[in-house]
Amino acid sequence: MKTLEELMALRDAARAQMTTRDDSGEVTRIVVGMATCGIAAGARPVMNKFVEEIAKRGLKNVTVAQTGCIGMCQHEPIAEVLVPGEEKVTYIQLTEEKAAKIILEHIVNGKPVAEYTVGALKK
Amino acid sequence: MRELSLNVLDIAQNSISAKASLIEIEILESTEKNELFIGIYDNGKGMTKEQLEAVRDPFFTTRTTRKVGMGIPLFKMAAEMTGGQLAIESEVGKGTKVKAFFRTDHLDFTPVGDMTSTMLTLITMNEVLDFVYTRTADNKSFTLDTRSLKEILGGVPFSEPTISLWLRDYIEENTKQLTEV
Repeated sequence: MKTLEELMALRDAARAQMTTRDDSGEVTRIVVGMATCGIAAGARPVMNKFVEEIAKRGLKNVTVAQTGCIGMCQHEPIAEVLVPGEEKVTYIQLTEEKAAKIILEHIVNGKPVAEYTVGALKK
Repeated sequence: MRELSLNVLDIAQNSISAKASLIEIEILESTEKNELFIGIYDNGKGMTKEQLEAVRDPFFTTRTTRKVGMGIPLFKMAAEMTGGQLAIESEVGKGTKVKAFFRTDHLDFTPVGDMTSTMLTLITMNEVLDFVYTRTADNKSFTLDTRSLKEILGGVPFSEPTISLWLRDYIEENTKQLTEV
């Protein structure tokens, strides 16, 4: 069983690590649509996957946040990736697998996954 | 919605939009009576009588980007499909209470689902807000209060990976204990 004593130990470890963290450099933001439409389409596992992959890879200066309806409910789950100094990339119809690939290709390797973007939609 | 925990996540977003600082989520199950109760209470800005009337209507929303709001109607439908019901109490400046009753032995009952994920998402994505989560199964109960956890954490955020992993397991293990005989 998880105990509050364990939480105290984790807190101390996290504090020690936070002081050594690199505070320079700008933050990349991943924003997931979490309105009724997004949630119903499966935004919760997608958002969890982003958080999990970031933690697993130990990525610094990447945050995941939530927002309301982005305005294209039929294409939910949607996430926007905002890399400082670059154009915003909007990913649509996400799954956990796609989220993992976005972290690897876009966030780690710096190359947006064009096939998942709103721009790749057939007219 | 595939599980009620997603409705809870959705309804709690309304509380966040209403500028609540404390959101209480209560789930009570009675296996003997085949009943389930879900309550979501906030101290947000509340609603006027007119708004309260309109909120059950899918074509009402406070949002300005679009003309529909499906959160409450979907939750209400999930409850009514089982022979249950949904009630909302609200007072301007005080907050809102959403209460839903379900018959768990009804064919159309939607399972509660992954409440751990719902709580984890709410807590880690809204560090400044406080949540009280109570889950009761018959005579066993588990309560999580982020205010007491924050006292321990002393400024270390819930979104810190090691902390959120601990929180996930903590909620999950305590929930499992409720159903163990």
